[in-house]
Amino acid sequence: MSGNVLIYIAVMAGVTYFIRMIPLTLIKKEITNQYIKSFLYYVPFVTLAVMTFPDIIEGTASIWSGMAGFIVAVLMAFFGRSMFQVSIAACVVVFITELFIC
Amino acid sequence: MSKIQYFKKGVKDGIPIFLGYLAVSFTFGIAAKNAGLSALEAVLMSATNLTSAGQFAALDIVAGALSYVEMAFTQLIINLRYCLMSSALSQKISQKMPFWHRFIMSFGVTDEIFGLSVNVKGKISPFYSYGIMSVAIPGWTFGTLLGIISGSLLPARVISALSVALYGMFIAVIIPPSRKSKIIAGIVIISMTLSFAFTKLPLLKEISSGFRIIILTIVIAGVAAYLFPVKDTENKGESEV
Repeated sequence: MSGNVLIYIAVMAGVTYFIRMIPLTLIKKEITNQYIKSFLYYVPFVTLAVMTFPDIIEGTASIWSGMAGFIVAVLMAFFGRSMFQVSIAACVVVFITELFIC
Repeated sequence: MSKIQYFKKGVKDGIPIFLGYLAVSFTFGIAAKNAGLSALEAVLMSATNLTSAGQFAALDIVAGALSYVEMAFTQLIINLRYCLMSSALSQKISQKMPFWHRFIMSFGVTDEIFGLSVNVKGKISPFYSYGIMSVAIPGWTFGTLLGIISGSLLPARVISALSVALYGMFIAVIIPPSRKSKIIAGIVIISMTLSFAFTKLPLLKEISSGFRIIILTIVIAGVAAYLFPVKDTENKGESEV
């Protein structure tokens, strides 16, 4: 079993590294095609938004504490707070909310 | 800025990642123990893979003793989103940068490190990436170890609260540009709404989170790029993201 686990780990590490490395090393030039350029420009916004919601309310002990953290984070980010402040505030809000409702 | 200053900035910006990773990998450590992995195996898996969804899925494969091909294929599907992220990131790397940096930076393409990297204005310094990686990787690995040796070390409340650190970071990346651009604001709202629908609607909710990210990214960014092509002048040198 133990030897097998190491091979599993090697296989998954290899596959995962290649997925990350191939585009980063093959795309050396600045892309000039306007459509692809625009597509890649929008990718991070979509990806990060999709990863954030609804996951932020599902990982916490209650969806309401997650929701409170989400709203506070959005408001703070909207008013220009730093990434660190937004992130910590979300954690603190979740913690305090759960003290009351859980 | 000098290389050291970039590195330090990476370390500082990476602290929320450290906290978030600690919490998530802690739960991974507990799950790894339940799946029958030793502490060394779990830590080795975290240190070499640095991916949450892929590793959780791997536990089922190891526990079920599935084939190596199935393991490879599962990782390919779940982690395919990194391919999109790396493609986007490739545009932020200077062509003058020594080539070998790309091989090291590749290892650090995770959802969270990508989130920070795209937030850099203009080209990215590899030393900024290394700064982030130098706190993120130990956070991920150490959290795994803590989880596997003592599942009850951190109270559940703390884990629950820390689990939102990463999302708070994502929000800090996508909201400020949404304030400046109605197009981006619309894209963010549509993305979150569809993402929510994908986790609730029948049939759609059967789709794994990795695939949900890929499908929605390709469709929404694809349509947005068609409807609202980014003008060259907007995107030159200092991009918004």
